[in-house]
Amino acid sequence: MSAQTHPASGQIAQGQIAPIHTDQAYNFAYLDEETKRMIRRALLKGLAVPGYQVPFASREMPMPYGWGTGGVQVTAACLTPDDVLKVIDQGADDTTNAVSIRKFFQRTAGVATTEQTTVATVIQTRHRIPETDLSEGQILVYQVPIPEPLRFLEPRETETRKMHSLEEYGLMHVRLYEDIARHGQIATSYAYPVKVEGRYVMDPSPIPKFDNPKLSQNAAIQLFGAGREQRIYALPPYTDVVSLDFEDHPFQASKADHACDLCGSNTAYLDEVIIDDAGGRMFVCSDTDYCSTRRAQGHVGRLGTAQEHVA
Amino acid sequence: MTLHSTPKPQTAPGPLLQVRGLEKRYGSRIGCTDVSFDLFPGEVMGIVGESGSGKSTLLNCLAGHLTPDCGQVIFDTRTAGPCDTVTMGEPERRMLSRTDWAFVHQNPRDGLRMGVSAGGNVGERLMAVGARHYGNIRDHALDWLSRVEIAAERIDDRPSAFSGGMQQRLQIARNLVTGPRLVFMDEPTGGLDVSVQARLLDLLRGLVRRMGLSAVIVTHDLAVVRLLADRLMVMKDGRVVEAGLTDQVLDDPQHGYTQLLVSSVLQV
Repeated sequence: MSAQTHPASGQIAQGQIAPIHTDQAYNFAYLDEETKRMIRRALLKGLAVPGYQVPFASREMPMPYGWGTGGVQVTAACLTPDDVLKVIDQGADDTTNAVSIRKFFQRTAGVATTEQTTVATVIQTRHRIPETDLSEGQILVYQVPIPEPLRFLEPRETETRKMHSLEEYGLMHVRLYEDIARHGQIATSYAYPVKVEGRYVMDPSPIPKFDNPKLSQNAAIQLFGAGREQRIYALPPYTDVVSLDFEDHPFQASKADHACDLCGSNTAYLDEVIIDDAGGRMFVCSDTDYCSTRRAQGHVGRLGTAQEHVA
Repeated sequence: MTLHSTPKPQTAPGPLLQVRGLEKRYGSRIGCTDVSFDLFPGEVMGIVGESGSGKSTLLNCLAGHLTPDCGQVIFDTRTAGPCDTVTMGEPERRMLSRTDWAFVHQNPRDGLRMGVSAGGNVGERLMAVGARHYGNIRDHALDWLSRVEIAAERIDDRPSAFSGGMQQRLQIARNLVTGPRLVFMDEPTGGLDVSVQARLLDLLRGLVRRMGLSAVIVTHDLAVVRLLADRLMVMKDGRVVEAGLTDQVLDDPQHGYTQLLVSSVLQV
């Protein structure tokens, strides 16, 4: 594959920076510079108009659509040799999607990687926002399957574009109405539609609605890339993001009503794990870095033991 | 038979809709041409003619679904007075079409969201103009379902579970919920059997009279215009060949084509 290989093995290996202009098979971070320039222009436009879906010429990536090709292209366009990359998939650093994308950038960009949220400068995420608060200077890149929040109500692209441009968002509430009519409450639990700066309605990618409040007034830059649908949108730091709701059915960020069984956290978003055939189950933090950090600090949950590593 | 309402109430300042020299061509062929008429508040205008005579083209031009090639469609808006809807901006026109205008399609599937419950269908226009209180929206929906004779317990059923007549009534409820002043109807009774047609016409007549609606009804069914319309326009080959009071046109047709049309109706 690439001419340089770097021993980036989950540890920060700063200073080992690949020279960019060499006779190598792949350009830094896989994409050629022209493509990156095109993506960066789209990113800048997205940041200038928060929540607006900017079309871009999405490239074929060496992975299937649905595996994060949009996020990967945005990450590739943002990476510099000094960056420290973290990749998470549903909050976890060690699942297939996260591992393969991290390896991809280790090989093609040679950047340092980390699992620590606080150390990372670029975080590519699939369907979660880290529990730890992000800070200024960090970039959070989301993988987006379907960027159009109105899509399942209005199949015509020409019509949804017009609805965005004329701010006709009544249809979004029809979806929430249907939820309440059928389930007695707003049952949408992920990809919960939001309104950005009082203007564009945006699909926040399939993050749980528990994470929606973290979209708003976030110090980090948030970039959204949809590879198959060829759209990029963005939230600059400290943007107002409001989850849509009804006056008599206000938005509620929900999570499983348990504490983490490993680290005892009451506030983190939880995954439910079946542990035997007798109906036994445990709840663990979906954010693995947050959970292991807490356990390293001595927090122990119902089923955890101090400092034990549970896969 | 037809109730003659006074075409112009004494206090009303002018027509609700003025159409002047409207023309729409498809290439070199004529869709409709040289159509002019006034529609006053509370008045129902029927447009009849055979298939391909330009009725639906005319209706779509009036409702802003098609852009006419020339002519004016001046609507008396609530805020700004008479405005030409052909030249007004698209946001304003779309706003009109979900507040002051309503459009009832021949096929209810064109006018309804089939994947959304009856209540959601009725509530959509309310939410489109800013209603954000679930309880109020639902009360409105229930009220309108009862007005169009749909049982309250069907509110959470999808239109695909409804009969054709119920779908058409639901479409009417969905359109009238925001209290429009002008309703465009394209063959509202098409595809329904006669007994269902009769009930629907009865319902429509009641709603139009009670709410003081103005309506433009396109149909090829002369019985429909006889029951609903105050005035009638007969179209042939994209042109209006005869216009006048409904009973006058139907009972004493002047133009050869109108005479043919009237005499073609089967007598039972």
